[in-house]
Amino acid sequence: MYRILAKTTLTPVTTEYLIEAPEVAHQAKAGQFVVLRVHEQGERIPLTIADYDREAGTITVVAQEIGSSTLRLKSLEVGDSLASFTGPLGRPTEIEPDGTVILVGGGLGIAPIYPICRTLREAGNHVIAIIGARSGDLLFWEDKMRDVTDELIVVTDDGSYARKALVTEPLKELLDSGRKIDRVWGIGPAIMMKFVALTTKSYGVDTLVSLNSIMVDGTGMCGACRVAVGGRTFFACVDGPEFDGHQVDWDLLLSRQRFYVQEEQRALELYQQSLQQAEPEETSRS
Amino acid sequence: MTNRKPNQIPRQPMPAQPAEERRENFDEVAQGYTLEMAVSEAMRCLQCRNPRCIEGCPVQVRIPEFIQALRDNDMWEAVELLKDKNTLPAICGRVCPQESQCEAECIVGLRGEPVAIGRLERFVADWEQQEGVREPKPVTPREERVAVIGSGPASLTAAGDLAKMGYQVEILEALHEPGGVLVYGIPEFRLPKAVVAAEINYLEKLGVEIRLNVVIGKLYTLRELQEKYDAVFLGTGAGLPIMMNIPGENLNGVYSANELLTRVNLMKAFQFPEWDTPVRVGSKVAVVGAGNVAMDAARSSLRLGADEVHIVYRRSRKEVPARLEEVEHAEEEGIIFDFLTNPIEVLGNEEGVVSGLRCIRMELGEPDESGRQSPIPIKGSEFEMEMDTVIMALGTRPNPLVFSDAEGLERSRRGTVIADMDTGRTTLERVWAGGDIVTGSATVISAMGAGRVAASDIDAYLGGEEGQAWRIERATASA
Ligand SMILES: Cc1cc2nc3c(=O)[nH]c(=O)nc-3n(C[C@H](O)[C@H](O)[C@H](O)COP(=O)(O)OP(=O)(O)OC[C@H]3O[C@@H](n4cnc5c(N)ncnc54)[C@H](O)[C@@H]3O)c2cc1C
Ligand SMILES: Cc1cc2nc3c(=O)[nH]c(=O)nc-3n(C[C@H](O)[C@H](O)[C@H](O)COP(=O)(O)OP(=O)(O)OC[C@H]3O[C@@H](n4cnc5c(N)ncnc54)[C@H](O)[C@@H]3O)c2cc1C
Ligand code: SF4
Ligand code: SF4
Ligand code: FES
Repeated sequence: MYRILAKTTLTPVTTEYLIEAPEVAHQAKAGQFVVLRVHEQGERIPLTIADYDREAGTITVVAQEIGSSTLRLKSLEVGDSLASFTGPLGRPTEIEPDGTVILVGGGLGIAPIYPICRTLREAGNHVIAIIGARSGDLLFWEDKMRDVTDELIVVTDDGSYARKALVTEPLKELLDSGRKIDRVWGIGPAIMMKFVALTTKSYGVDTLVSLNSIMVDGTGMCGACRVAVGGRTFFACVDGPEFDGHQVDWDLLLSRQRFYVQEEQRALELYQQSLQQAEPEETSRS
Repeated sequence: MTNRKPNQIPRQPMPAQPAEERRENFDEVAQGYTLEMAVSEAMRCLQCRNPRCIEGCPVQVRIPEFIQALRDNDMWEAVELLKDKNTLPAICGRVCPQESQCEAECIVGLRGEPVAIGRLERFVADWEQQEGVREPKPVTPREERVAVIGSGPASLTAAGDLAKMGYQVEILEALHEPGGVLVYGIPEFRLPKAVVAAEINYLEKLGVEIRLNVVIGKLYTLRELQEKYDAVFLGTGAGLPIMMNIPGENLNGVYSANELLTRVNLMKAFQFPEWDTPVRVGSKVAVVGAGNVAMDAARSSLRLGADEVHIVYRRSRKEVPARLEEVEHAEEEGIIFDFLTNPIEVLGNEEGVVSGLRCIRMELGEPDESGRQSPIPIKGSEFEMEMDTVIMALGTRPNPLVFSDAEGLERSRRGTVIADMDTGRTTLERVWAGGDIVTGSATVISAMGAGRVAASDIDAYLGGEEGQAWRIERATASA
């Protein structure tokens, strides 16, 4: 079960996985996520459902290698199986025929906005997407995104590819252009989502963000994923992950995301050591 | 020893790891009787003609009979007698609050200390596991399929009983390990996970299929299960943590007891970094609450390296709801109890990490409807304690996730499912419920009892006229 059917390197730090999970694929909707364990002693990590194919019975996830679990995931080969894979979790994106919508995907955030764009478009919206990354080599899925949007704007922070800008710049231009924008989504690193929400606030445009707080079970049982929105506490895994970006307590989110950095660093070093000690054959394979 | 009158033999103490040692490890504290101790304890039973102990047990274990078999050294007989009423004796013998159940009623307890029924139960059950549990008797399979949601004690019992009757049973569990609170909540040092694993292994031998990582309400809804299976048992417990709603509760270093215990027990964070999941407790820890969950959180914190662990409880010592043995063990290990104290704010530093707990002293007022004196804050008695971790162990409620698309399933205002106590039937046709999801957080043995009641009613239903009518309906629907 939960076999990896295909594995594609998207950028030097991101990998796409096609996973056999027919039941999850059957239920999955845009905006939801899964919680998986890479190996028996592994932690439970949440990853957004970046795509699903009900007929083929597959789920696509895209992971950025930032620590021991995501690196270990990358070390798996096609044909290997995950230790566990639970989903679909979280509330799906509420899809309404709003009119014109803008989806902003920063860095890894391109993956989660893809199914949302597709579903919004199928529901009859005019879909504009802004995707960006620090540099051109970190961008992915530009073609795929073009297929599910009416307008696609691509930017990089350093200008090494496409237009040199932060994602908030074209967003502000669109808002200033006088076009009626009904709703905005911002998905990516917390700091980027914070600035997307700040940008749209003075225009009074509804803005949804997908909060990536630290999770354990993903089913509302532990409260690790607590976030504050509009002065109230929510469990991001069951009440979200999407929330009103104008009401989120960003400082709290950012601070809670950092709580385990020391331990994460230690786990990473240990994992890297274990790789060095491993058979040379094995290291060359991965 | 045999010529001494039974009630003159002193109660056999439980061998335990010394407090100084066990503070440093997660190995089981209570080590179990030797055969000699067990027999000697068994001798204390008066073999009452009207055994009051049985009335104290929520599932009416045949206590004097199994004790007699133990005395006769007929161990397999003791096992059978015990398991006739209690399918999880190795677990109940360890975690039942005996002092308020079977042992509270034991006649020997009137003049001295009661017979250690729980410890004998554990002894017999451990003997069986060591000896190698006998292969289950083959049963005539029945075609009806039963879905059992969750895998805590209520579900394990319902599944086991139904499988023994020949039903096709599937357990659907949200987490990646079966066992419910027995695996994610109660720590290794009180209930070794190998004991739980052995029980689950036995269920699999009975033919129960266990499907993990299946979240009902998300992957399937209750309504879908109701359509797909002949009967559904809902045993999803009460897993949603209650927080205090005081300022500072979202600071880093504030945990729900569920989070701390899940990290430690289910995810084995006490073995980090060999196991990937981290947990962090500081040197000074406050646990708010005084139930079993609070004791477990406090004693786990100590074992994770905390120097000073406080139990902060708004009532007094005599209201402490935890099992007596756990309170005693906690005290021996050096846990500090702050009674009549209630937190009003969690204090934090510039980095958003806990730095202290602001509390107020309480006094006990007039007894309320439940007969308990309710605590009232003493004006002007606020004070601060330096802390770097705060753990909330205030109780839990049923997790509503399972109720999406379950219209018609009636629930109380507290969010618990309404089910008939004598049958386990809910207001949804062919859906039964039992355990914490019906009662709110209670005990392992009461959950087990509820699983048993439901299993027997499911059998009565499917074997009776209603079942007949349903089979016709099912056949016409699929035709
Ligand atoms: C709803 C949700 C959806 C997500 N979707 C994606 C996705 O599609 N692709 C992707 O690459 N990442 C996604 N993430 C983030 C991803 O879960 C973390 O990057 C991953 O857990 C890091 O694990 P690690 O061991 O590799 O890194 P670590 O070194 O352990 O951690 C690096 C950082 O990741 C975060 N993190 C660590 N553990 C967890 C955890 N258990 N839960 C959440 N965050 C954690 C912390 O902020 C931490 O500082 C999502 C997170 C959430 C909550
Ligand atoms: C830390 C702690 C210590 C305790 N100590 C004691 C003790 O010493 N003695 C004692 O008698 N009692 C004790 N209790 C109470 C006792 O454990 C519970 O009363 C008992 O476990 C309840 O059993 P249950 O079968 O109703 O549910 P649970 O044991 O709660 O199991 C429910 C299961 O359902 C699963 N589930 C939930 N939602 C879904 C869903 N949507 N889909 C699929 N699966 C789902 C959960 O993951 C879980 O595995 C303790 C409880 C805790 C938390
Ligand atoms: S199941 Fe619990 S209450 Fe009943 S006899 Fe055993 S220990 Fe006592
Ligand atoms: S009440 Fe006590 S002495 Fe009497 S049968 Fe029960 S355990 Fe034995
Ligand atoms: S991750 Fe445990 S409650 Fe959200």
